[in-house]
Amino acid sequence: MSLISFTNRGIYCSQGDFYIDPWRPVDYAVTTHGHSDHVKSGNANYLCHTLTKPILHRRIGEDLKIETLDYGKSITKNGVKISLHPAGHIIGSAQIRLEYKGEICVVSGDYKTENDGISAPFEPVRCHSFVSESTFGLPVYKWQPQDMVAAEIIRWAEDNIQKGKSTVLVAYSLGKAQRLINILAGRYPIYVHSSIANLNEAIEQSGVPLPATIRITPETGKDILQKGIMIVPPAMRTSRWIKTLINPVTGVCSGWMQVRSHRRWQSADAGFALSDHADWPGLIEAIGETGAETVYVTHGFTAAFSRYLNEAGIYSEEVKTQYGTEEDEEPAATEISA
Amino acid sequence: MKRFAQLIQALETSNKTNDKIDALVHYFDSAAEQDRVWVIALFTGKKPKRPVNSSLLKAWACELSETPEWLFNESYHNVGDLSETIALILPPATALLDLPLHEWITRLQAIEKLPEQEKKDFILNAWQHLGTAERFIFNKLISGNFRIGVSAKTLVNALAKKELVDSNKIMHSIMGKWDPYVIAYDDLVGGSHVNTDNSWPYPFCLAYAMEQEVSALGSPDNWQAEWKWDGIRGQVIKRNNELFIWSRGEELVTDQFPELHILADELDNGTVIDGEILAVRDGRVLSFSTLQQRLNRKTISKKQLEEAPVGLFVYDLLEHGGTDIRDQPLKERRRRLEDVLSRLSPSSGIVASPVITYNDWKELAQIREGSRENNSEGVMLKNLASPYHSGRKRGDWWKWKVNPYTVDTVMIYAQKGAGRRANFFTDYTFAVRDGENLITVAKAYSGLTDQEIRQVDSFVKRNSIEKFGPVRTVKPELVFEIAFEGIAESKRHKAGLALRFPRILRWRKDKTAAEINTLDDLRQLLQASLSLPETPAAAS
Ligand SMILES: [Zn+2]
Ligand SMILES: [Zn+2]
Repeated sequence: MSLISFTNRGIYCSQGDFYIDPWRPVDYAVTTHGHSDHVKSGNANYLCHTLTKPILHRRIGEDLKIETLDYGKSITKNGVKISLHPAGHIIGSAQIRLEYKGEICVVSGDYKTENDGISAPFEPVRCHSFVSESTFGLPVYKWQPQDMVAAEIIRWAEDNIQKGKSTVLVAYSLGKAQRLINILAGRYPIYVHSSIANLNEAIEQSGVPLPATIRITPETGKDILQKGIMIVPPAMRTSRWIKTLINPVTGVCSGWMQVRSHRRWQSADAGFALSDHADWPGLIEAIGETGAETVYVTHGFTAAFSRYLNEAGIYSEEVKTQYGTEEDEEPAATEISA
Repeated sequence: MKRFAQLIQALETSNKTNDKIDALVHYFDSAAEQDRVWVIALFTGKKPKRPVNSSLLKAWACELSETPEWLFNESYHNVGDLSETIALILPPATALLDLPLHEWITRLQAIEKLPEQEKKDFILNAWQHLGTAERFIFNKLISGNFRIGVSAKTLVNALAKKELVDSNKIMHSIMGKWDPYVIAYDDLVGGSHVNTDNSWPYPFCLAYAMEQEVSALGSPDNWQAEWKWDGIRGQVIKRNNELFIWSRGEELVTDQFPELHILADELDNGTVIDGEILAVRDGRVLSFSTLQQRLNRKTISKKQLEEAPVGLFVYDLLEHGGTDIRDQPLKERRRRLEDVLSRLSPSSGIVASPVITYNDWKELAQIREGSRENNSEGVMLKNLASPYHSGRKRGDWWKWKVNPYTVDTVMIYAQKGAGRRANFFTDYTFAVRDGENLITVAKAYSGLTDQEIRQVDSFVKRNSIEKFGPVRTVKPELVFEIAFEGIAESKRHKAGLALRFPRILRWRKDKTAAEINTLDDLRQLLQASLSLPETPAAAS
């Protein structure tokens, strides 16, 4: 009998009687990472990585029963050994490895194979079956190395500052924002929206140092903001507040920005293809390294990616889940108003 | 070509026209002369000859990238552009080679007559020596269709700024007949290949919206009433046996409207007329959305000519017998205009915009209520003694539109269409804002062009939040202006009101969901319409 099944509540391990990233309330939820499409409120118990715990408290509530594990450590539940391994997606993100009577299954949640310098780098885990995301599972999605994208963003920001424009980077508040802060640190003052500042506090409290940033408040002078770089969540992109800045220009940071028509879609000035998900070569490489005989493909280009794997001789099934992209699922941010 | 790729990137990293003009000026300041000519050619739709067809390009890209054809097609569906799909799907370049733009064009030209294998060797070799951005441009050079969000007007303004030449002259120069393989840049922008005196347009006379009571205009005898058409305002010039059609946006659109080319033969030299380009069938004006199928196209298919035939409803005569007659009173200009038009063949579809006869303001107000029946937006009132002003001048020309029942909404649900469009999301539900919430106010089938439908469809597919059977809940982001005939109270609708005959007027890409109308705006309109007895009773 297979170690996992796909139910209308989420990914279920019947031998261990627990769920992984369920989208409806359950008794025991093993959590890959803190993005809102992977972790919901209302579960009686949570198990997650140590660094994800403060994020869940911040995003879901203080009153949660949370067990934590570090990478490589395990617990056993009803005979099923559960261990967490770096997924390289965001701080605290983990692949969930399940082992029962010699059978090994890994649920990746979201992952990326490039080391972003802030999340623990992705580690392939050998297994019999692997559950993979496929957000960018088409061969047109191949990322430039982070350094090159960073250089592009910096060139753009420098040009803006020179021309007296206010630079606003749009990035989801958990993950992409911290990654940008890390990339841009030391060049210009970085101003962050309060939803990002709050998460930064939670992350720092758990012992991960982040470069210095300044929280944007209604009192922050527009002339001061003009000389730095602002980072705001997607919901702020079309906000009234942005229009009150001096010559604002927005740059969206997302893997979708790889494609021109998607860039045009966002009513942003610039788009930078910086993603926290694996690109096409990354997905293929990661799956190869697991040695998995069966690959379940979740959220993204599931049909195409799964067909490709089957044609490449790796048995694969498409699986319907309720995971989306963070860009879609990010909770609405509040306006900054005076 | 790196320099050109940088220009494209600069043009794409800003939504602001001034930034685009600056980027173009900067490019023209530093690029090689022949490259400048080619950039003007490419941005105005002149393409090099196509040396290889796109199915071969696709096959070679699949081969080089080891991509199965079905996966290439999936990718193409997501990217929406063949040149870009190929650029992105190929493996990274093995080494980089930077040749000037015109050099690539010359080399591409040279392979046209070669056997297929040699063409393939050349293309594959080029792909392996170009970065993604340059590859995209290279592919575009082969397939044509360079659309990168720069209008002819923006290009012209940049050239005018750089060369300190009047922009209308440059517009004529670059819209004229010239061959990018032979012309020199200075000759091109200097206009030595055309006679820019022939095309010289007059500024359009523009009307103000009527704010006061119409009776404040005094005696109806002094005012000429016409329908206010919703088309493309155009100025037609015939001088020295050449015909030019200018749009109000100061673009030369002569080639877009072959139906009007008959004027090259039938108008006398030294004639300039002002009118509205409209979709017209059997003398009846069709809706603006019909005309829209004909706008901004480089080529017009036979089908488009049949489905959206174009005519011209002429308002005014500006130049007659080579003389500028704009200071003559309207009454006299109109007399001469009717004389000029009476000599055209009756089948031309080019007629004087009819004058509405009325005895008093009350009667005109009644006539105006029927405006929508002939696809007009209301009536125009022009002082019979007035000259043809330059630009907008208060007092002589007034537009008196029928109640502008429009509302800006955001799309929240989409559903697939039927028949030809069964694969596309074409039926939409729209909402206005009510405090924090979005409230549904209208459902409308598409009034969009096929291209817009494809864009909306791709947005829906990428931004679905929930599925209910065939219906998708989508991210509230796309703003549409909805036109409607009336508004009524309705207990059946959550909004408490219903719109009569709602339809999509236009897709407001310039607006965000934060800027849509509120339920209160509609309630106010409802109150106002309830107090107007002549408003037709709205269905609920
Ligand atoms: Zn995630
Ligand atoms: Zn996810």
